[in-house]
Amino acid sequence: MSATTAAPVWTKMRPKQGALSRLFDWKPFLAFVCLLPAVGLLMTFLTYPLGLGIWLAFTDTTIGREGIWVGLENFIWLMDDPIFWSAVFFSVFYTGVATIGKFALGLWLALLLNQHVPFKSMLRAIILLPWIVPTVLSAIAFWWIYDPQFSIISYLFVDVLGWRDQNIDFINTAWPARWSLIAANIWRGIPFVAITLLAGLQTIPPSLYEAALLDGASGWQRFRYITFPMLLPILAIVMTFSIIFTFTDFQLVYAITRGGPVNSTHLLATLAFQRGIQGGQLGEGAAIAVSMIPFLVFATLFSYYGLARRKWQQGEGND
Amino acid sequence: MATVSVRQALKSFGTTRILHGVDVEIADGEFVVLVGPSGCGKSTLLRMIAGLENISGGEIAIDGRVVNNVPPKDRDIAMVFQNYALYPHMTVRQNMAFSMKLAKAPADIMEAEVQRAAKILGLDALLDRYPRQLSGGQRQRVAMGRAIVRHPQVFLFDEPLSNLDAKLRVQMRSEIRELQQRLGTTTIYVTHDQIEAMTMADQIVVMNGGRIEQSGAPLALYDKPANLFVAGFIGSPAMNLLPGTVTDRGFRIPSGTLLPLPPHAPANAATYGIRPEHMSLSEDGVEGTIVLVEPTGSETQVTLRFGETVLTGAFRERVQGRPGDKLRVLPDLDLVHLFGPDGARLPS
Ligand SMILES: Nc1ncnc2c1ncn2[C@@H]1O[C@H](COP(=O)(O)OP(=O)(O)O)[C@@H](O)[C@H]1O
Ligand SMILES: [Mg+2]
Repeated sequence: MSATTAAPVWTKMRPKQGALSRLFDWKPFLAFVCLLPAVGLLMTFLTYPLGLGIWLAFTDTTIGREGIWVGLENFIWLMDDPIFWSAVFFSVFYTGVATIGKFALGLWLALLLNQHVPFKSMLRAIILLPWIVPTVLSAIAFWWIYDPQFSIISYLFVDVLGWRDQNIDFINTAWPARWSLIAANIWRGIPFVAITLLAGLQTIPPSLYEAALLDGASGWQRFRYITFPMLLPILAIVMTFSIIFTFTDFQLVYAITRGGPVNSTHLLATLAFQRGIQGGQLGEGAAIAVSMIPFLVFATLFSYYGLARRKWQQGEGND
Repeated sequence: MATVSVRQALKSFGTTRILHGVDVEIADGEFVVLVGPSGCGKSTLLRMIAGLENISGGEIAIDGRVVNNVPPKDRDIAMVFQNYALYPHMTVRQNMAFSMKLAKAPADIMEAEVQRAAKILGLDALLDRYPRQLSGGQRQRVAMGRAIVRHPQVFLFDEPLSNLDAKLRVQMRSEIRELQQRLGTTTIYVTHDQIEAMTMADQIVVMNGGRIEQSGAPLALYDKPANLFVAGFIGSPAMNLLPGTVTDRGFRIPSGTLLPLPPHAPANAATYGIRPEHMSLSEDGVEGTIVLVEPTGSETQVTLRFGETVLTGAFRERVQGRPGDKLRVLPDLDLVHLFGPDGARLPS
C-alpha cells in the first residue's frame, strides 16, 4: 500500500495593509504624530503665554477691559518712570552681586566636598537642604530672621552677645533691605551651584592632578591651571542658568519685602506683578516683563559664546 | 641619572597589606621592568617611588637620598601614566612646557626644550594640536615628551603601552627602549606583559601578591626561574609544569607516563617543567594524543594529552597530525626544570 500524502504547502501570506496602517508607515505623518504632544505642551504653556505677554505689552489692557493696540506707548511711559529704572538697577545689581556670592561660596564648598572630608555624604545632604525647601517657605523663614523685632540675629547680637544695644535694621531702609535680599538669594542659590560644580569637579580625572603634582604645581597652581579651565564649560552653563533664575526672581522679594521700603527693592518681576496684577494695568505690567527679555537673551548668548570658544573640547578640525 | 633603592617597602591601604616588604636595587642608567599579574602591587610600588602614595614602612632612596618624606615635585622624577594624563585643555606644546612654565623658565629655553623633545619624538608637526586631536600613539609620545623636557633623574612608566594596538605596541616598545639608551636615564617600567619585560629590561623584577618572586636579567629568569610562579610567568608560550613523582625509571605523571629525567635528578621533585620550545619530535619520545595543532608559520605549536595532563610543544618542523592522532615528543634533558613540593627550584 502506498499512501502518498501531499505535504502541506505553506505559503507566506502578506496581509493586506489597511489605509490607517499605511498612514502610520508614512514617515512624515509618524513624525508629526510623535511630536504632537511635545509641541502641544510647548505651545500651550510656553509660546502662548509668551506671545500673549508680548502682545499685551503693546496694548492698554487693564483687568476687566480689553485693550487696544497702543504701540510703544507703554515702553515710552516706562522710560520716564524712576521706579522702573530703579527696578532695572536693582535687578542687575541683585543678579550681579548674588551671582558672584553664589559662585564664590558654591565653588568653595564644591572644592571642599571634593576632598576627603569626614561625613562627606551627610554634608552633601545638608548642603542640598536650602534648595529642597520650597522657596516661599525659606522666604518666610528669612522674613522672620529679618523681622525688626523678633529677628534671631538681632537677638543673638543684642541679648546674647551684647555687641549691640539695639536691633539690627534689616529691611526697613533701602540699602540694608537690598543686601538682606541678596543674602537670602545667595543662601538659596548656593546648593545648586555647589552640587553642579561638584559634579563637574568629579569628572576631572585624578591622574591630571597627579601629573600636575609631578610637574611641580602647588595647590593654587593646580586650581588655576587644571581645575578652573576644566570646570569652565560647566561653570558657564551653571552661571547662565543661575543668572536667568536670579534675574527673574520673584518669590524671595515678594515674600520678604514686597518691593518695599518705598519701592527700593523691586525687581522687574515683582514690579511687573504689582503693576499688572495688583494695579490691574496688564499692559504696563506686561511691558515691564517684556523688558527683561533683552537681558535674558544677553545672558544666553554669553553662555553660548563662552562655551563655543573651547576648542579643546568639541569639534573636529583644528583650523 | 641616579640609583634607586627600595628597601623592605611596605604598603597598606587601611588594614589591607598590599606590599609585604619589597627590595629592589636599581643601578644608575638601568632599565628595570616591574612585571606581574594585575593587582600584584606594581603600580602601587611605582607610585610610592613617585611620591603619589605614602610609604607605610621601609625606605625608598633616590640617588642615595631617602625620599620617604620628600614631596613628588622634589624627587626629580617624571612619570608616564597609563592613560597618559595629558592636560586636555592645553596644546601639545603647552603640555610639554607646563613643568617649565611652573618653574618660571625663560620663554626661549622653554621653546628650545620643547623643540628638542618634539624632534626626538617626531612631534614637530603636532605642537599646536590638542590631545583629543591625536592618535593613541601620538598621545603616548606627548606623554613621553612631557617627561623628557624635564631631564629627570628617573623615568617612571606605568603600563604605557596597554592602550595601544598590538602593532603600535611593538613599535613603541623599541622606541622607548632606544630613547632610554640615548638619554641614559634610569627607568622603572611597569607592565603585566612578560614579553615587554623580556624585550626591554636590563633587569626584570617579577612580583606576585605584593612580594618579589625573583629579579634578575631577562635571560637569567628564563633559564633559571626560581620558582613555579616565575617559571609559569616568564616565557611564551608558557612552560609546561607537570605534577608527578620521581621514580628510578623517570618522572611519573598522573597518566602513568614516564618522562625522562636528567641524571642525578633530586628525588623530592614534585613538578616537572619543560618549555614548549625545548621539546623535539622523536621516535624515542613519549607518546601523547594530539588535541590541537596551531601552525604559526615559523613553527608549529602542538597540544598533547597524556590522560588528564596537557603538554604543549613548539616545533620548527611542520607537524602533519590531526586531533586524535598519536605523536611522540622528547624533552631536552639539559633544559628540564625541577621544582620541589614548596614550588622552589631544585638544583640539578
Ligand atoms: N587607593 C587604594 N585603596 C585601596 N586599595 C588599593 C588602592 N590602590 C590599589 N589598591 C589595591 O592594591 C592592590 C595592588 O594594586 P596595583 O598596585 O594597582 O596593582 P597592579 O599590579 O595591577 O598595578 C590591588 O589589590 C588594589 O585593589
Ligand atoms: Mg597597575
